[in-house]
Order: sequence, then C-alpha cells, then structure tokens
Amino acid sequence: MKLIYRTTLVALLPVLASAGMTSQIRPASAEELTVMATGGEWQAALRKAWFEPFAKKTGITFNEQEYTGELGKIKAMVETGNVPIDLVTVETSTVLQGCDAGVLIRLDYAKVADRARFLPGTALDCGVGIDVYGDVLAYDTTVLKEAPTSVLDIFDTKKFPGKRAMRKAPAQNLEWALMADGVPIAEIYKVLATPAGVDRAFKKLDTIKKDIVWWEAGAQPPQLLASKEVVMTTAWNGRIQNAIDKDKRPFAIVWDNQIVEYDMIAIPKGAKNLDLAYKYLAYAAGPEVSAQLGAYIPYGPVMADATPFVPKEVLSKLPTAPDHMKTYLVGDVEFWGDHGEDLVKRFNAWLAQ
Amino acid sequence: MSSIAMSGVKPRAGATDRSDSLRPLALAAPLLLLLAFSFGAPIVLLLSRAVYEPTIANALPHTIAALRNDSAGVPAEPVFRALADDLKTDQAAGAIYEFAKTLNTRLPGARSQVLRLARLAGQDPAPTREAMIKAAPLLGEDQGWTAIRSGSNRFTSFFLLSAFDLRWTDQGTIGTVPADQAVFTRVFGRTFLIATLVTLATLALAFPLAYVMTNVRPVIAGIVLVLVLLPFWTSILVRTAAWTVILQKYGLLNDLLLWLGMTSDRLELMYSRTGLVIAMTHIQLPFTLLPIYSVMRAVQTSQLRAAQSLGARPFTVFRRVYLPQVMPGVLAGCLLTFILCLGYYITPVLVGGASDQLISNFIANYVNVELNWEMAAALSFVLLASTLGLYVTMTRYLGLDLFKMG
Repeated sequence: MKLIYRTTLVALLPVLASAGMTSQIRPASAEELTVMATGGEWQAALRKAWFEPFAKKTGITFNEQEYTGELGKIKAMVETGNVPIDLVTVETSTVLQGCDAGVLIRLDYAKVADRARFLPGTALDCGVGIDVYGDVLAYDTTVLKEAPTSVLDIFDTKKFPGKRAMRKAPAQNLEWALMADGVPIAEIYKVLATPAGVDRAFKKLDTIKKDIVWWEAGAQPPQLLASKEVVMTTAWNGRIQNAIDKDKRPFAIVWDNQIVEYDMIAIPKGAKNLDLAYKYLAYAAGPEVSAQLGAYIPYGPVMADATPFVPKEVLSKLPTAPDHMKTYLVGDVEFWGDHGEDLVKRFNAWLAQ
Repeated sequence: MSSIAMSGVKPRAGATDRSDSLRPLALAAPLLLLLAFSFGAPIVLLLSRAVYEPTIANALPHTIAALRNDSAGVPAEPVFRALADDLKTDQAAGAIYEFAKTLNTRLPGARSQVLRLARLAGQDPAPTREAMIKAAPLLGEDQGWTAIRSGSNRFTSFFLLSAFDLRWTDQGTIGTVPADQAVFTRVFGRTFLIATLVTLATLALAFPLAYVMTNVRPVIAGIVLVLVLLPFWTSILVRTAAWTVILQKYGLLNDLLLWLGMTSDRLELMYSRTGLVIAMTHIQLPFTLLPIYSVMRAVQTSQLRAAQSLGARPFTVFRRVYLPQVMPGVLAGCLLTFILCLGYYITPVLVGGASDQLISNFIANYVNVELNWEMAAALSFVLLASTLGLYVTMTRYLGLDLFKMG
C-alpha cells in the first residue's frame, strides 16, 4: 500500500509543480477577465451567449466566479484593497447602492457605447444593463382548474385558495399590493413614497399574509410549484420558462401587471484589468451580440437596436413581447435607492408580527 | 482547547514559584498570539464600527462648525451657506454618495434629497435657504437637523440604540422607535426563545439516551454513539437540506403520517417554527448528549446501590445521589447547545418561516445586502455581550466550570 501512495505522489509531483507555476504565470502571459455572476442557469446562458464567443473572437478568456448577488463580498474586497474580479453582475438597485458606497466605479460610456442606444434606465452611472426580465406570476396548470389572468390574482384567496409564494423582499410586493388596492400604475411610486401609501400596501399584504410562503433564491419558485408546496408563485420569467421548456413542467406564466426589471453588469473599484473589462462591455453592447442571450434564457436585450436580431421563436417568450406588455410597471431604481433600507426594515418588522 | 484548559487550572494555594505558572503560559504563547491577531483584533475592529461612524462629520466640517451656535431646530441662513459649501466640496471629491447613503440610514428618504441638493450647490454659487429647503424638504424639518447634529459626533450611540429599537428624539431624550419599525427586540426575544426550546428538546432526548447508553453492553453503546455521531460529522448544510426533503408538504414525514392515519391533512412543517425546532434539535443533539454521557459514565453504580440499601426510594436515589453527580454535564451540554443556537444562520434560512429568522439572519442581511456594517456590528455586539453575560452567569451562579469538563 505504502508503495502505491509513494508512486502516486511521485507521479503527481510534476503535475502539482506545474499547476503551481501556471497559476503564478497565467495572469501575466494570457489575457483573462475574472467575472463574478449569480450562477445557475442564468450564468450558463451568459457563458454560451457572450463569454465563449468573446473569448473565441478576442482570445481573452473568462475566469468565472459565482456569488449570491450581495454587495457585501465586493465591499470587503474593495476595503481590503485586493479586488480579484474585473466584472460583476448585479441587480439595478444594487448598482445604485454600490455606486453610493464607492464599491463600483463610475463608467466611462465613451468606452462602452452611446448611452442613447440603451433602453431608458439601463445605462446607469455605475452599471450597464445586460438583459430585461419580468417579475411575473406562475402556476401549475394541473393544480389550478381556473387560470389566473393577472399577477394581482395572487391577492384573491377566495377564487384561488391555498398557499402562494412571494419573494421575501418589499420590492415588487408593495407595488403589486398597491396595484391590487386600485392605485393606477402611473402613480404607484408617488403613493408608495408617502407613509400613508406604505401603510396601505402593507394592509393589502396583510390580507394574504398567512397564506404566503417566502422565497429568496430565483431557483426556488419552480421547485415550490413542482413540490406542490404552493398553488401559485411570483417568479422571474426565465426560471419558469426554462422549467417549462427544458424540464417539461406543466407550468404557465401570467404576464398581466408584470414588473419589468433589468440585470446589470458593473466594474468593481480596483479591478486590475480595466481595459479588458471595457473591451468586453463594448462587445456586449453590440446589437447583434446583445440579442444572443435570448436563445439560452428568455430574457430580452437592453439595446434598443437589438430587437431585429432576437431569434423568432424566443421573441414571443420575452417580457418585452407586445402580448406581454399590455399592463406593466417598470421598477423604479431611484425610489428603492431612497427607501430600500427603510422599507426592508419595515418589511422585516411586519413579517415578525 | 489546551490553552483554555491550562488557564483554567487554578494556582495552588501558597505557590511561590512564578515560573511554575509562567512556563505553561509561554508554551501557549503562540496560540494566544494567533488568537489575538486572527480572532481578537478583527472582532474588536469590527465591533468598533458600531460606535464609530465618521462619514457625516467628515463630509460636513463647516456646517458642523456653524451649527455650534444653533443648538436646536432648523438653523439660520449661515448654516445653510456652510452646508452648500460642504456639499460642493464633497461633490467634487466624490464623497457625496457615501454621505447621502449614511444620512439615509438615519433619515429614510434623505439620499435623493442630498444628491439633489449637491447638484443645486454645484450650479448655484450661493443658493438661498428657501431654495435649499425646496430641493431638500427634510432640511426644513427638525428631524432632518436632529440627524445631522447627531451625526456630527464621530462616536455615535445611534446603532447601539437602534439594536434595542431606541432612538434620540428631536427633544434630545431617548425614546422608542415607531412600532412599525421596531424589529430587533422582538428578534432577540425570538432567538432566545428558539434557543431555549431547542435546548429543552435536546435535553429531553439526550438525558434518557445517555442513561441507556451507560447501562447497555459497550458494543451496543458504541453503535448508538456512532449513530449519533455520524450525522454530526456531516456538513450542517447537508443535514439541513435533508430535513427539507423530510419535512416538506409532499415529503417523507407527511407521507408517513398520512399512511399511518395519524393526520387527515398534510401538515405545514416546512417554513414553520415546528420544522425549525425539529431540524435544530437534530443538529444540536450530540452537543447536549456527549457532556451528559461523559459524566454519567463516571457515576459509580455502587453509590446508587448503597443509597438504595440504606432505604432510599428509587426517586430519592435519583434526585439526591444521581442527579447532583450528572448535573455539571447536563448544564454544560445545555449551555453549549443554547449558545450555539443563538448563532444559527443557515437552518432558519432553509427550514424556518419568515417569522422564524434569528438575529444572525439580520446581521447577515446588514453585512451583505444593506452594506450597513455599523448596524451589523451593533447587533453583533449585543449578541456577543448577551452570550458572554449568560456564560459568566452560568459559571458564577450555577457553579459550572466548562473547562473542568475536559
């Protein structure tokens, strides 16, 4: 036995040594971008749609990391002065927060693309939009006899009894609560900025509180539906669509009163390969390139001129498809930048009651 | 562990040779240094954030100087002029955003108003008091200036008070925050309640089990011990995930209960306190069991028989001879479990419901999501202080010495 160990070790030594050496040499010799994204099917889609083609075109390879989308990790990197990542995907509200905290750099759009080419609200100071997704309602067609017609049906426990799942955060839920309470879509954020409006939203949520199961990760809603833990759930449209297309689940998406949001990519302060990072951002802003993601996960492009390049069969599944845009709300980043922390605290206090 | 064990050794009475007590200390020095650098220093640094928050004072030097003559309410013109100057400087230095975010923590909604004000100060060389209040209505209110005044001190009690749902009122007294914002006292209470429930549940399981283990053949005791320890060696994440499989609505436990006819409907065990306590009890069982088992093994059965032969009833034997001897183990096991429960994070996330989140979940939220490390430090401080307080009380008043347990 001992001999086996020894021979294995001897055989492994050169491998180990070379591994150690390459890890020292690599950053200097080959051009490599380190990107941190939120993982799962979405990151796999980013890889196939953008990272791999970019590497093929330019020779700049990607070293991919995963994280949970929380800025704390990047803040810790920036504070200790050791930032091993060059690009990071974030939610819009997180971009604003990271901008304020000095964790993300203010982008030089001259090196990316003309800001006018982006959909409104997707070219922020510290983050570039990469895709459009919808916060929608999803249900299992084999469980619900009657199909819900609007996201707001989640508040109707008479017609649709049983547990329902919502994201454990005030964002979106408060907006939907006000919509369900009769506030016109154009006035949602105006009403929500007043204490009386917040009270009104929580009062509406109170009516279904005991029936809500809360989800936190994007992968949870399809699981909650599949395990029949809930009869309906709010979700990101791509996760449900992939469960329908790839896992052949009998789910359906309700688009009416969806909330449209954007995913963003940003450069953390102190990133070592700044030029390469900009090179990638400029590449991804190309109209044709921007449209590629839809083929792997049904999220729309943020470039206004990219729509003609989106694959036909994908178009009808996007949150931006004309059929899905009858009534919708666009999430207000500035509002959540102002009131986010306060409403999260209020939301937690409300949950605990 | 060795250094702790050594420092726990009490100096012998009348010991005069100092080198006797210094030598073991010298041996433990590398470990103590490592602990101080890698454990003590970071904790102190992080906790200091709970009381030291210089962002506002750094951002508004002139305003704060001008405010000295204006001690309450909305101040006069000169202070506003100083504020405009400060904001212009901050805007140029790029410090405005962090200031806006910090003020927003104390004054919800202040963020966009500060940024608007900074833009105004950048365009207009001398904005009037009225124009500034128009751009930032909070500056026309007492609470706006209360927040700025309290932020002018680099050392702040804001975060520690918030951890107890308290705040400074506009009148300069300490009051409670509005009921819809009060969350931390309830969460601390919940954390202690769940820790107590889990501790009692593990005790109820561990005590009889340990007793049985001391009274069966060593082979069987060994097998039971391995059964208890096997899951103990598995990652806590895996064990928690396993519980979700068992507890979910269409999971194993519900299937079994229905099949046995014990319930007529599927129980909501997941995302509930019941499920959380079950999962935590399973994870904590070895921590309570092992100290109890180790003391029970040391109890000499001859003493019990002696008591019985002297006429004591079984219950009296248990209460007066057996229980006092195993009590240190019971207390040590319970204390260990209780303290570990106070810091639970992943199990409440995965198994608990929305109203079962413990204080660690809130600390994680402030660190990772809100980027409000000051609040996280304040909550950590309260948690650490109450844990240490509990430990000291237990050792002092109940005569328990964990270190003697070895």
